[in-house]
Amino acid sequence: MIKKIFSYSFLTIVSIVSIFPFLWMIVSATNKSVDVTKGRLLPGGHFVENFKNLLDTVDIIPALINSGKISVITTVLSLLIASLAGYGFEVYKSKAKDMVFNILLLSMMIPFAALMVPLFRMFGMISQSAPYIGIDTIAAVILPTVTTAFLIFFFRQSTKMFPKDILEAGRIDGLSELGCFFRIYVPTMKTTYAAAAIITFMASWNSYLWPLVVLQSPENQTVPLLISVLGSSYSPDFGVIMTAIVIATLPAAFIFFIMQKHFVAGMMGSVK
Amino acid sequence: MIPARTNQDIQTARTSRSLRTKNTTIGWSFITIAAAMICLFYFYPMVQAFILSLQSGTGTNLTFVGFDNYIRLFKDPTFLTTVKNTVIYLIIQVPVMILLALFISVLLNDKTLKLKGVFRTAIFLPCVTSLVAYSVIFKYLFGSDGIINLFLLKISIISEPIQWLTDPFWAKIAIIAAITWRWTGYNMIFYLSALQNVDQSIYEAAKMDGASSIQTFFKITVPMLKPIILFTSITSTIGTLQLFDEVMNITQGGPGNATMTISQYIYNLSFKYTPDFGYAATVSYAIVIMIVIFSIIQFKVAGDKND
Repeated sequence: MIKKIFSYSFLTIVSIVSIFPFLWMIVSATNKSVDVTKGRLLPGGHFVENFKNLLDTVDIIPALINSGKISVITTVLSLLIASLAGYGFEVYKSKAKDMVFNILLLSMMIPFAALMVPLFRMFGMISQSAPYIGIDTIAAVILPTVTTAFLIFFFRQSTKMFPKDILEAGRIDGLSELGCFFRIYVPTMKTTYAAAAIITFMASWNSYLWPLVVLQSPENQTVPLLISVLGSSYSPDFGVIMTAIVIATLPAAFIFFIMQKHFVAGMMGSVK
Repeated sequence: MIPARTNQDIQTARTSRSLRTKNTTIGWSFITIAAAMICLFYFYPMVQAFILSLQSGTGTNLTFVGFDNYIRLFKDPTFLTTVKNTVIYLIIQVPVMILLALFISVLLNDKTLKLKGVFRTAIFLPCVTSLVAYSVIFKYLFGSDGIINLFLLKISIISEPIQWLTDPFWAKIAIIAAITWRWTGYNMIFYLSALQNVDQSIYEAAKMDGASSIQTFFKITVPMLKPIILFTSITSTIGTLQLFDEVMNITQGGPGNATMTISQYIYNLSFKYTPDFGYAATVSYAIVIMIVIFSIIQFKVAGDKND
């Protein structure tokens, strides 16, 4: 009995601590900055005003569009490249391919901080001949992050459960190898794609360091960059900042909650 | 019927032979794009970083200096401070978070527990936030007149506000608390899914043998989950060694350099101070080496318990 009481009270405290910053964020977005500093924890009626002020002080709409473009393109390309590779490694298994796979996995150990400087110089060089994919372009944000060993690993693990006999049937029906992939594999692996899409979209939507390095002009800003600038201002308007954070968090939170089941299933699949 | 079957057999034999040769080329072509991209954006830059680390100078005026940069590392007080800070975050935050996540998942794994879904969703919720967004929120929560101080003053735990962000000690605590808030639920999901695969009869047997809850936790749960604990501790270690977003947005490395991490130092060396890409690349190799060392230690520690 004592154990039960302890369980419930401990879990309740942890849950409250986990939720509190969210509640504070949402409540603060509806209050005046003065009330937020006074520690007001009740919802107020200033959300519309905060939202208008936000639109006046920063270019949140272009930032949302930029972030959206980057995240959607990254997600589509990532899923395509990683699933092709994961499928290739598992369906056309060979010793040599396994070795390549292990070498590719090593890239997971490389911290991004170590890649930042050489990548910046690389894109600086590209800028001179092809400015449309050089520094300060969306392409420069997307290209280095679009292929991750983690996602290849993830697709390979999931492909282990894929019934490969169907492919034989597809070949007999006259499908090409690529046809088998797009007509049979992709539709069967919907859950895996969904989980991978959530992971990739959230990572891309929230990424900060590389966009901070490579995007320079204000019109190319992404949402995290904009929030970081807002958050470091000397006379912060808390209501406005919290409104911006609510707007920035909503897309990722929304995608997460409608696809929560796939996400958990996908994470578990990657563990097995 | 009979000739037809023979025909088919011959055909299968032929296709399987041609398939094998076709497989090698087609199989490789499935992998090509991914392999090329990883070589281009991971391995090639690492080679470039190494070449850069042997050079010094500002901006594009780089001259070859051999291993001077590596010697400079050990005499650079800022670098040593950032290493110390990063290691402090690592050895305090990772174990605290993993134990907490394990403990929560054991409580949640109780079959008779009600409201399980509510607790799980609530504790996982922090993972939905972006690193920048939650950092900004925590910066204000920890402000000297922020909610946390107001609360602590109200319940009379403290008599005057704690200078969370301007005191070198408390600033580190604030960063550690923030990271723990963000990642505990994430690790919990891994443990919960692993616990569901553990045979319940082991626990019943332990109960019959009179094992206490604490004994069951350390003698059964932890060893059973060892592979997944190893996985999460390595990913957390790699994550903490590259810590950037949080520190940049909560304290900006301050007060002084009291909370600055190695990643942030690399950023400052390349893009904030007069750019010294050569030395920045040297510092980045220090992180790579630390990741390798800590991963080996963790494998060793996990391996020893096996015997």
